Amino acid sequence: MLDVIVIGTGISGSFVARELAGFNLKVLVLEKNNDVSNEATMANSAIIHSGYDPIPGTNKARYNVLGNAMYKKVCEELDCSYKQIGSLTVAIDDEQVETLKELEKRSAINKVQVQMLSREEAFAIEPNLAKSTKAALLAPSAAIVYPWELAIALIENAMDNGVELKLNSKVTAIEKMEEGFKVVTDNGEYLSKLVINCAGVYADEIHNMVAAKTFEIIPRRGQYFVLDKTVGRHVNHVIFPCPSKMSKGVLVTPTTHGNILLGPTSEVVADKEGIQTTMKGLEFVRDHANTIVENIPYHKVIRSFAGLRPSSDLHDFIIEEAKDVEGFIDVAGIESPGLASAPAIAIEVIRLVGTRIELNRKDGFNPIRKGYITFAELNAEEKEAIIKVNPMYGQIVCRCETVTEGEIVDCIRRNAGATTVKGVKKRVRPGMGRCQGGFCEPLVIEILARELDIDIMDVNYDSIGSNVLVEETKIGGRSHERI
Amino acid sequence: MREYDVIIIGGGPAGLAAAVEIYKEGVTDILIIERDIQLGGILQQCIHNGFGLHEFKEELTGPEYAQRFIDQIRELKIPYKLNTTVLDITKDKEIHIINSIDGYKMIKGKTIVLAMGCRERTSGAISLPGTRPAGVITAGTAQYYLNMKGYLVGKKVFILGSGDIGLIMARRMTLEGALVLGVAELLPFSGGLTRNIVQCLHDFDIPLYLSHTVVEVKGKDRIEGITLMEVDRNKQPIPGTEQEFECDALLLSVGLIPDNELSENAEIAIHRRTNGPIVNEQMETSVEGIFACGNVLHVHDLVDFVSAESRRAGRGVVRYLKGEKSHCIGIETMNGSGVSYIVPQRMHVDEIEGKYAEVFLRSTDVYHDVTLVVKLDGKEVKRFKKPHLAPAEMEHLKIDKELINVASGTLSVEVELKEAN
Amino acid sequence: MKEWDVICIVCPRGCRLKVSKDKDEISVTGNQCIRGVAYGVKEVTNPTRVVTSTVKVNHPVHRRMPVVTKGSVPKDRIFDVMKEINKIQLDLPIYVGDIIIENVLNTGVNVVASRTIE
Repeated sequence: MLDVIVIGTGISGSFVARELAGFNLKVLVLEKNNDVSNEATMANSAIIHSGYDPIPGTNKARYNVLGNAMYKKVCEELDCSYKQIGSLTVAIDDEQVETLKELEKRSAINKVQVQMLSREEAFAIEPNLAKSTKAALLAPSAAIVYPWELAIALIENAMDNGVELKLNSKVTAIEKMEEGFKVVTDNGEYLSKLVINCAGVYADEIHNMVAAKTFEIIPRRGQYFVLDKTVGRHVNHVIFPCPSKMSKGVLVTPTTHGNILLGPTSEVVADKEGIQTTMKGLEFVRDHANTIVENIPYHKVIRSFAGLRPSSDLHDFIIEEAKDVEGFIDVAGIESPGLASAPAIAIEVIRLVGTRIELNRKDGFNPIRKGYITFAELNAEEKEAIIKVNPMYGQIVCRCETVTEGEIVDCIRRNAGATTVKGVKKRVRPGMGRCQGGFCEPLVIEILARELDIDIMDVNYDSIGSNVLVEETKIGGRSHERI
Repeated sequence: MREYDVIIIGGGPAGLAAAVEIYKEGVTDILIIERDIQLGGILQQCIHNGFGLHEFKEELTGPEYAQRFIDQIRELKIPYKLNTTVLDITKDKEIHIINSIDGYKMIKGKTIVLAMGCRERTSGAISLPGTRPAGVITAGTAQYYLNMKGYLVGKKVFILGSGDIGLIMARRMTLEGALVLGVAELLPFSGGLTRNIVQCLHDFDIPLYLSHTVVEVKGKDRIEGITLMEVDRNKQPIPGTEQEFECDALLLSVGLIPDNELSENAEIAIHRRTNGPIVNEQMETSVEGIFACGNVLHVHDLVDFVSAESRRAGRGVVRYLKGEKSHCIGIETMNGSGVSYIVPQRMHVDEIEGKYAEVFLRSTDVYHDVTLVVKLDGKEVKRFKKPHLAPAEMEHLKIDKELINVASGTLSVEVELKEAN
Repeated sequence: MKEWDVICIVCPRGCRLKVSKDKDEISVTGNQCIRGVAYGVKEVTNPTRVVTSTVKVNHPVHRRMPVVTKGSVPKDRIFDVMKEINKIQLDLPIYVGDIIIENVLNTGVNVVASRTIE
């Protein structure tokens, strides 16, 4: 019997898994998709909010502020991107200036340091703000990260420390037994003392498998644009509009890798798989982004995407043991500021686990994970040296992002390694640049086929059955068999 | 640091033609740098014919055309490096290169020829709405998979964009056993050559949907279908014209973009309309001693013009190395109404060899029976009757040098419509 | 009398030709030069096409060799020519111009290699 099963490898599940890895526990993480961190964590604003914005007294407020303070250390330990660039909330009329003043008061209650800037002060540090800007609220503790990099690194570190991961394992039933739970997936059955539900948009359905319904997840879609790195300096901070009831609004932010991100929309959708971008949604992003930042170079858009926030009808994080089922812990409704809150949420989850099982710290737990060598960031001597040691670092695969074969092979061979084109893209970036994989995808699938020792026709783009190549010509047509 | 007389970035048709010309003019300290496993550039995957009618007076396939130049390179023993990527170029003509054998190296050129070619516009760049499954792929990448490696990326295919690559792939995939459901084009006219419409679409009964666009991609893991809609004159979808197509691949042929990221590193001035470097009649860019030719300068439709242009660049390189330079400011060229862009953007007429100044341009629209009017500082100097102009077909004008032999001024070309009777 | 609409592809103008056949006499209208006449006649009596394709190569990296018919084959035999091409497997080296299939399907046309791979 396992000690803990974690369901889901988004940012919540990944932080929880890594915390659990620090104790002498038998831990299994179940992920329904063909790769870690493929849903909301793959499609969000990547912001570690400062925490002034949530309503004081809520879980959101509590965990946001705690989590924000933990991020720098975690990212250092895991060798993940983290840039504390600060955020500016922009007021473009007098009413909004009043709102900023309210936010200033709220930030004091939440114990978050902010600073009100005059129009001149705002323009001095952010020249491309909308001309109608009257004032701005600076929150220096806001930061940006690379969310799926972090989730993958957390799972990798957890696995390095003994946690087990099973992909393509969708939970279909959970049975409460005398001792613990039987968790049934489409890929095996497991017995565990405790179950931690980090299932994102499906957290309500997972909860309802074994407990009485207490919340509902209402997916809210956010659509985004990504701009090319050549215009990456258009803004220096995360730029927010004044918040409304529904959402933090359409923001404009740099990313850790030098792009600009615009978005998101906030649309309730019926379909939990409804991650389409729409013409209307993207228009909405443009119209609203233009109200806070000037001259956005839309001709430099390289990609648009969308994701679903797992919002709960209770409008706050649900981090607690199910009232009617001992040992079943929910981590649900983790919408914004979920990313910022995740490390602190994980600590709370450990506390809850500790009320049910004895926790003994693992000897030899290694919290350090060394990241991939980012060839593009090495200096001339370092580049020269690494190629001598490993010639694969001398073979450029992705010209747009300067990614070498060495990094790609590394990201395939590690724990929680890439097995798909998108997996390689998430980890070391081929396909994230201006040609969006046009030149490098054929090379990436050859490397995947070789490293995984599979036929090139079986290389998937993302999920199983999303093969890149459909048929080999001129050999009597061996067609790809759909699984 | 090794300094070469000439470093050529790109071993495709532009780089190869420039190299051969430079060698024949007596400069032999050349190095061609190519990131692929072979020379020939994009021609190697352009296995169809239609190349060489001007250059060789024969109709050749892409690889055959490339082979003519590759054979010359081998014969003349012009040095080249394969599998080698240029990471950076500086204004001082230092080049940072990398491959797995030599490692990371810095070399210098007295002159540099930029011949990096272009890339394809992507689904992301056109904000194609819908899901983002496998099977949405640019036509050039699909062409690489099929022609270089032998794999089809779909068996039931829809194509967005009627540029030549889309048309060529419609035929190619049909010949290899795929079903091509149709080609959609946003504009009311095709972006490709008429011969391709006939030989790639009509021959195989593949429908061409002009003034149409794909408004949604459907499918979770792999693409399952698209929604096609008609658009109005402002390119907006017309409600009620939705058509659904089931497909397992969507090929995009929605434009080519000169690949000037390296040029921008060297602070070379880029022209907004061509997306390529601003050059003079020697094909020299705004940085002394750095030249540009081929698709990196402006997107060509005939590789024959690329070879001619690259030879001009080669001769420009040789003149530069000999220290020959113009002493006047030169003429600036400007596109007039009906003309999308003109290359070169600057001309020193006293530096031009031969009788004619050559300019290359594209029209903004399809025109029949019009006149291209060449003006110098607003005054008409030459007229060219054109029975047919299309944005997809680059025009080549030869203007008598004596008509524009001034030290400075503005040369413009505009489309004059036929007067209504 | 039979009539056809044919787009001439000899030059980029793309004249819309009207070709009509009355008994054995063929006339072409709509052409703006003389080459269009020959093209129009050919298209309705014996349309032919150059076929380009690739041939399987036994090599892990260079998996396909581009080939071309040296001359054009009857339009209605394109897929048959493709079938013949698809039967072939090559070993390197192959040189540009090497005959891959001689007189394919008795058309009098050879299929040759489009490039050199050593």
